[in-house]
Amino acid sequence: MGTIVLKDVQKSFGDVTIIPNANLAIENGEFVVFVGPSGCGKSTLLRLIAGLEDVTSGKIIIDGSNAAQLPPAKRGLSMVFQSYALYPHMSVRNNIAFGLKMAGMPKAEIDAKVAKAAQILNLSDYLDRKPRQLSGGQRQRVAIGRAIVRQPKAFLFDEPLSNLDAALRVQMRIEIMQLHQSLGATMIYVTHDQVEAMTMADRIVVLNKGNIEQVGSPLELYNKPVTLFVAGFIGSPKMNFISGEVAANHKVHTIGVRPEHITLSGTSGEWEGTIALAEHLGADTFLHVDTARCGRLTVRAAGEYGQGPGDKIWLTPERGRVHRFDDKGKTIPNAA
Amino acid sequence: MARAQSVRRRTVTTILAWLIGFLIFFPILWTIITSFKTELEAFSTPPKFLFFEWTTENYAIVQERSNYLRFVSNSLILSIGSTIVALLFAIPAAWAMAFAPTKRTKDLLMWMLSTKMMPPVGALIPVYLIFRDMGLLDSRGGLIAVLFLLNLPIVVWMLYTYFKEIPGEILEAARMDGASLWNELVYVLAPMAVPGIASTLLLNIILAWNEAFWTLNLTTSAAAPLTAFIASYSSPEGLFWAKLSAASTMAIAPILVLGWFAQKQLVRGLTFGAVK
Amino acid sequence: MATQQTRVLGRLAVAPSVIVLFLWMIVPLALTIWFSLLRYNLLDPGNESFVGFFNYEYFLTDPAFFAAIGNSLKLVFAVLVISIGGGTLLALLLDQAIVGRNIVRLMVIAPFFIMPTVSALVWKNMLMHPVSGLFAWLMKSIGLEPIDWFAQYPLTAVVIMVAWQWLPFATLILLTAIQSLDEEQKEAAEMDGTPPLSYFFYIVLPHLARPITVVILIETIFLLNVFAEIYVTGSGGPAGNLPYLVYFQGLLNFDVGGASAGGIVAVVLANIVAIFLIRMIGRNLEG
Repeated sequence: MGTIVLKDVQKSFGDVTIIPNANLAIENGEFVVFVGPSGCGKSTLLRLIAGLEDVTSGKIIIDGSNAAQLPPAKRGLSMVFQSYALYPHMSVRNNIAFGLKMAGMPKAEIDAKVAKAAQILNLSDYLDRKPRQLSGGQRQRVAIGRAIVRQPKAFLFDEPLSNLDAALRVQMRIEIMQLHQSLGATMIYVTHDQVEAMTMADRIVVLNKGNIEQVGSPLELYNKPVTLFVAGFIGSPKMNFISGEVAANHKVHTIGVRPEHITLSGTSGEWEGTIALAEHLGADTFLHVDTARCGRLTVRAAGEYGQGPGDKIWLTPERGRVHRFDDKGKTIPNAA
Repeated sequence: MARAQSVRRRTVTTILAWLIGFLIFFPILWTIITSFKTELEAFSTPPKFLFFEWTTENYAIVQERSNYLRFVSNSLILSIGSTIVALLFAIPAAWAMAFAPTKRTKDLLMWMLSTKMMPPVGALIPVYLIFRDMGLLDSRGGLIAVLFLLNLPIVVWMLYTYFKEIPGEILEAARMDGASLWNELVYVLAPMAVPGIASTLLLNIILAWNEAFWTLNLTTSAAAPLTAFIASYSSPEGLFWAKLSAASTMAIAPILVLGWFAQKQLVRGLTFGAVK
Repeated sequence: MATQQTRVLGRLAVAPSVIVLFLWMIVPLALTIWFSLLRYNLLDPGNESFVGFFNYEYFLTDPAFFAAIGNSLKLVFAVLVISIGGGTLLALLLDQAIVGRNIVRLMVIAPFFIMPTVSALVWKNMLMHPVSGLFAWLMKSIGLEPIDWFAQYPLTAVVIMVAWQWLPFATLILLTAIQSLDEEQKEAAEMDGTPPLSYFFYIVLPHLARPITVVILIETIFLLNVFAEIYVTGSGGPAGNLPYLVYFQGLLNFDVGGASAGGIVAVVLANIVAIFLIRMIGRNLEG
């Protein structure tokens, strides 16, 4: 099937430890997203699962058996690379067929599988073209086709949409999610874009400097982040963090409240401030407000907002939506 | 400069460039022209540039009299032979350095290049004596070995730079697709490396063909390539300029053609990457 | 990127080349050093004796040696100046929009691909011959006495021949470097209204500093070893450089001991240059 368990996985390059100790259990059929800032180790973790890097210690258990010593070919996984990594000298057909050819499958069977994969991905017309004759989106599909056709236990995606323009990215995101629905296979997806993570994942794994800070469903992470880092990483625009006097009033080191959980008023409220900048997106307006007690806060106003730079405004955080953090960045659970 | 420049400036620079180019090229042109003269004409003063009796007799004479074919075949055997041996050694080495680098790889590469900088005179006497004692003097095998060693650093270096340009992810994709190391090399790396290997081959053949230190000192007749053959014209008997021109033209023609295609490779290979 | 399997294979793959080059470096060098410490003459084999640094003393106090070193250095210096000075100017010229640019490029590059023996004999005979050579005819037509190059100015003659061959190399390298000058930098300078001469001095020249240094170092290494031109034109007497002297001592005078000492001197000289070049290349490999 497609269960993957990481047990005490450690990865070091010489003296530098990228991943100190990773433990994770991925269910069959799940869409799991590894997310985090650049250099957090998410790609390294993926490559360890793929077998492109050796673990320094620990176990990678695929469907019950430890695959840590197996080469990539024997792990039954497929990978879609950030740069697509298509074979430039082979046609689309041969690109997709390559893995099957390596497995020694008879030609007739290969042709059938390639045709089917091409059909699913709308590539049937392009089978005889070379990669350089394809657009970015088409190349991406060929990379996915190459991964599908081997019917792997799990799919690994390494930031596959980073090289596409914004509009194409949205479209391909939906296509990948539909693919997951129709195939039902386990998928591990690496991205630095938290929007991709939130929209696509069954569960998200947030990584920071090689450590798994939290694993949970998107809404879990949104509503109940266990660390300041996760709270700040998930959700766009970023959560507002306030320390100092205001935090002391709440008896903690730092408090956090999301831009969409602050109410605005032109007349009264908890914090007084002046609008510094306004970003009008049509469906929302994001106001950057300089307050005396809390520094600069970002606030969301639904729809269009009449006030602009220089205007006075009063902000009040919604009750129950204020997160509290200790001085080590850990969340202090709210009293019930 | 993408935009149009003034017509006057273009005319001036064009004329100047053509003039200088022509002057630089002139000795070669003169040689080719002289090869079509009779010996008398070749020596005549004032020298004739275009209006003389064109003849191809010199080409015929050179080929018949001096067993020219043997020298050509020696040049071919030495250049191609040493290049092939070099590739056999260099391809695995460059592969390892590009795709399985270690902390030492950079130092290793530098050291290899440094061996090319050793003056041949520092090795002349021992190599000569060793060759003499082993019966390798004037032998094609011996020369192939020397030329191979001489150019191996450059071949490794060039292949290394070409291999580095192949995205590592494509090889990883092959590994994920279940390719063994052998399959990875044969089905994916080799086809992508062919242009790079061809370029390296080209440059190395040129360098070996023109090599004029070891070929002069270690050969006399049996293994002598064109460099030595031309050198033998330095102690002439009688009138020989037209024949020298014919022999020279034949000796340099193939390399001039190859050299035209090898310009980029020349920059890459002989500046050791210090100029992009 | 490498896993265990590839790392082991990697070491095996490099081994043959390393071994072979190591032997090629060490064996002749060690022997040359050894010979340089012997009194060893090929006409008197079997009678070698250890003489320590005698050969070096003899070699280094021999006037022929100083003449040879002087010629080596003069040759290198003159060719460097001509090839790099001329090369820079030519590269600037060829960077312009010229009708038939590719053909001009071919004409300018060609001399580098001519084998040194051909080049030497063509120059000596057909161009520089005092009676029937082209230069002689040119000088007579303007009423001057023709110069007997190899009799009167042999080193200059060799310099001209060698410079002719290396000018294309420098031009090609510098042209490549000039063309790699970021197009956007050029446009930025234009927007700033930079006059062409300032553009050259403040933008092009600094950009060329690196390539010029590389060309100097690489040419020096090869120029210290010029041999064929001197050998073939028979100007080893007056214009012989260090390689020629070593050849002469060893293979014509059969004095293996002395020649070996000379060889070692050449190696030391080359090493000094090589150290600088290796450092430059090394820095580039980081990038």
